[in-house]
Parts: sequence; C-alpha cells; structure tokens
Amino acid sequence: MKNTHQVWVWIEHHKDVINVGSLGLLGKARELAQQLGGGNVAAVLAGTDSPQITEELFSYGADDIYLADDKSISLFDSESCAGFVAGLAREHKPEIMLWGATSLGKEIAARAAVKLDTGLTAHCIALDIVEIDNVTQLAASVSGWGGNAIIRIICPQKRPQMATVKAGIFPPARFEKRQGGIIRVKAAQSPARIEVIEVITAPERADAPEQAEVVVAGGWGMSSLGGLEQAAELAKLLGGSLGGTRPSVDAGWISHDKMIGQSGVSISPRLLITLGVSGAAQFTSTVQSSKFIMAIDKNPDAPIFEMADLGIIGDLPEILPRLIEKIKAVKDKK
Amino acid sequence: MPGDIAVCIKQVPHPDCLAKLSLDAARGTVNREGVPAVINPVDRNAVEASLRLREKLRNRVIALTMGPPAARKALEDALAMGADYAVHLCDRAFAGADTLATARALAGGIRSTGGIALIICGNTTIDSGTGQVAAQLAEMLDFPCVTDIEEIMPEDGASLLVKRAWEQGDIRVRVRLPAVLAVNAKINQPRLPNVLDIMAARQKEIKEWCAADAKVEAGCVGLAGSPTQFWQAGEFHARRQGEILRGSPDEMVAAAVDKLKKLELI
Repeated sequence: MKNTHQVWVWIEHHKDVINVGSLGLLGKARELAQQLGGGNVAAVLAGTDSPQITEELFSYGADDIYLADDKSISLFDSESCAGFVAGLAREHKPEIMLWGATSLGKEIAARAAVKLDTGLTAHCIALDIVEIDNVTQLAASVSGWGGNAIIRIICPQKRPQMATVKAGIFPPARFEKRQGGIIRVKAAQSPARIEVIEVITAPERADAPEQAEVVVAGGWGMSSLGGLEQAAELAKLLGGSLGGTRPSVDAGWISHDKMIGQSGVSISPRLLITLGVSGAAQFTSTVQSSKFIMAIDKNPDAPIFEMADLGIIGDLPEILPRLIEKIKAVKDKK
Repeated sequence: MPGDIAVCIKQVPHPDCLAKLSLDAARGTVNREGVPAVINPVDRNAVEASLRLREKLRNRVIALTMGPPAARKALEDALAMGADYAVHLCDRAFAGADTLATARALAGGIRSTGGIALIICGNTTIDSGTGQVAAQLAEMLDFPCVTDIEEIMPEDGASLLVKRAWEQGDIRVRVRLPAVLAVNAKINQPRLPNVLDIMAARQKEIKEWCAADAKVEAGCVGLAGSPTQFWQAGEFHARRQGEILRGSPDEMVAAAVDKLKKLELI
C-alpha cells in the first residue's frame, strides 16, 4: 500500500445488501482524500466476503478493502467489530474514519473511539477539510440546539478523526473502478457476552423516504387540507414516498418511521415537494442533498423558500388539487 | 442479580425551548439563561426501567448525573420517582466535556460507587443528541452494551433478555451482566411522582462528588479531556437561487408543472 493519507469507511450490510449510507460515505471519502492532497479510500468490512459486496464497494469509491478473515464476526456484536477496527487503525493509522449513524454503527464507532482514545462527532451534516493553525484537518458540521445553528467541530490532536453520518446526507455515486485490492486481516471475536437470539427483519418498506427518488414532505401547514388524501395521492402519482416533518408526525398524520429531520431520516431524492413546511433547519439540514426542491406554502417569508429551487406561495387547498390534475394530464399524455 | 442498578441521567433545556437557546458564537457555548431545565425525556424512561427491574430483583437504584449545581434538580426528580440515592458529579473540571470526557467522568462515578451490576441510560439526549455515551461508558468499564432497547426481561440473575430496535426491525439479545443498556421511549410509560413521593425524596441522600471523589484526573475530563473541540458556529444556511412563482393558482401550477416537465422530473 502506498504511503498516503487514508480515509476509511466502516461498511454496514445485511443479507448481502450494503447500507446506502455506507455507499454514500465512500464517495465522500474520495472527496476528502483528494482534499488531503491525494489519499487512499478503504472500506472496512466484517461479516461477509461476498464478491457481490466487494465488487460494489470498489465501484462506489473504495480503493482497497480491509476484510476480517473470520466471517463469523457479526455486525450485531459491537465489541468484536470495534476490536477489529481499532486493531486495524492502530496498525495503518488512517487520518479519518467515517461511520453510518445507524443504530449498530453508532455503537461500534463509539466503542472504537474509546479504544483509540480519539474524538467522534455524531450525526454530521457536512464534512470538509480545512487548515487550522497549519494543521490540515477535518471540520465536521453538526446542527445544534434545535437545528438553528451549524456547529463545526474539529479533533485537532487525536487520530483518526472520526464522524458518524446519517444515510441520505451523502448520496451514493459510482466511480470508475480502481486497481484495488482486498486485504484480509486477522480478526478475533471478543468473548461473547452478547448472544443474538433472533433477528426480526421488518417487512421491506418500499416507500421509505430515504430511499425514494421522489419525496412529498408534509409539514404543519397540511392542517389546512383537512386530511392526507391529496398529499398521498400526489406521492403515489409521482411514484414517490410521503414523509413529513416532526410537527406532522406529532399531529399523527405521518408515521414515525417517515419523519424527515434530525430526529428522523435524512433524504436526498431527485425531486422533493414540500407541502406546508416552513423550513426549520431541523428539517432543511437533512434534505439539502435533494437534487430539486419545490416548496408550496402560504407564508411568503417561510425559510423553506430560501432553499427551494421552485416556490409556490399559496394555500394548499387551492394549489394541491390543481397540481395533481396538471401532473395527471402530463402523465396521461405519455 | 447481585449488585445495584445505576441509572445515568442528564439535565437538558426544556424541549419546547430548544429554539430559544442562543449561541455564544465566540465560545461555542449555549446561553441557557431563562430556559427551564428538565430531565432529558427518555432518561425518565431509563429511571422507570430501573425501578421496574428493582421490583423484580430487589436491588438498589442509584441515579447518577454529571452537571452543574443546578443539575441536582434532575436527581431530585429521579429520587421522587423512586431511586434510592443519587450521585452528583459536580466539578468545574467536568465542564465542556464531549462524549468521551463525559463517559470518563461517569465511568469514574460508577467505579467509585462500586457494586454496580447494571447501568441503564436513555438512548439519546434532546440537546446534543449524539447517542454515544452509553457505548463509550461500556467500553471504558469493559462491559457489553446494547442500545435502542424497547423491552427488558430479567433471566437468571446473570443475564437479561432484551429487545432492541434497529433500522430493519428488531433484534432479541441475551446480554450477560454487568452490562450497559440504553433504552428508547417505547420501553415504558414513566411514572409521575405524587406529593408524598416528592416529600419522601427529600430524605434521600444526594452525594456530591468532585473529580477527585470519582477518582478521575481533572485533565481527562471536561474540556481538557475532550478530543473534539468546538471550532466555529453559524446560522444554518442552505440557500439556492430558486424561482418563486407569482400569479393565480392556475398560473403558478401551470408554470411549475412546465418546469418539472422540462427538467424531466415528472
């Protein structure tokens, strides 16, 4: 391996499917490695050696893959996973390590940070390479205090610099394949103090906002609609997913697993249409990777219009039926 | 179960007031003046889970927090709910801690308390919301850790059965004690103390410990012991050069759909 800066990504996977957040982080890692002045991106993988997975990691941005040779290490066993990663990091000294901010990923990252005696910044919404006091380092942006502020956090002295990022913040991108290698690494399981008895996989959510190409997001302003039917109809018409802000979840209109925002999921669809969303940073910071945002709200001063590509200022009961009708007409012509 | 239960709680700004917090951009600290403080909501579920286990296992429940003098109120609330006694890690040296330094202080508190077989935390706080402290505390104490727990069932005294949530469903796990568990809000409905509970709580002890009492070096905790540092703060901006449509509803909708069509978004 060349002696260059290394940026590592922990790979989460289940049943031969790589977590979309891990794939997005590989692409981001490429950017960071480049900004570090040329670096190597490595995927750190345990619990599988499926060629399908390793191929995919190479095409989404990995130069190399560190693979735990003991396939029986389970991703549900955060102790063993953290032990594997920390041992590897002590040997190869990566500059930066990125983790998906998932239920399991957070546990592994938190344990690894203790083992490596280094800093871990949670739920980042942006990652940049900056120079502070002549040290080139990672600035990890998090949103703070109700989402109204962006706070940039650094880890000036300890290495690796570690950060967790929710799926949807960095959308996955395919890269030209590199001349990568799979490096098999000895990994030992920790004494089993946790025994997985049963993994109950919930039925696939076909309409999960974080995976949809088109998302319709409802906010508090949907109250003027007197029901969800039209919003759901619009989502269905566009083959998309209907999600909502915290107020719309609290109001009982949208189920909790479709909450978009810092306490819910982050999204990066091709098209996002917001209905009666005012645009608190709690929400907007997690949709900023959306390719095109169309906002509909009656309040011309709503902050959502500042981040929209297209805005309609108007009452939802007047706009939405017309919008549905017009889109139907377009679809019918096709 | 031989040993006591420690429940780690944190005092946070009232959830309805998060938007009112102002930022001291130079220091990266939050101005909490005039904002009421409460126990972090899911930490009340953690206290409740501890009390329910105590009813079955007959051990003691010790409420533990790290925080400024005012955080004593959070411990009083936990005592009113039914905790047996409390430990308040209170020292200027603890201030400005990131998650690693926080976990170090809590680990010191747990070790100095002694005889702890189970630590229960809330899964995440509403203010910083990292959800990292429970796992870091476990790593420091060399305990197993399970987060995002929705159900706890005691077994033979040496282990617990828990159901944890994750993005793709649930996982049922057997965890050997001593262990750290982080619970989410679905696990239970926290009890509301009545006047008698609150009066009884006044008789309960709150031990106030400085860094030396918790046997942690001042340089390892607080700001000095935090590998991550605040660098900059700013308002959140994600501006786009968008187009705001004008006109009648029919005109605006027609223009919007034209644009979406042109961009092949529909």
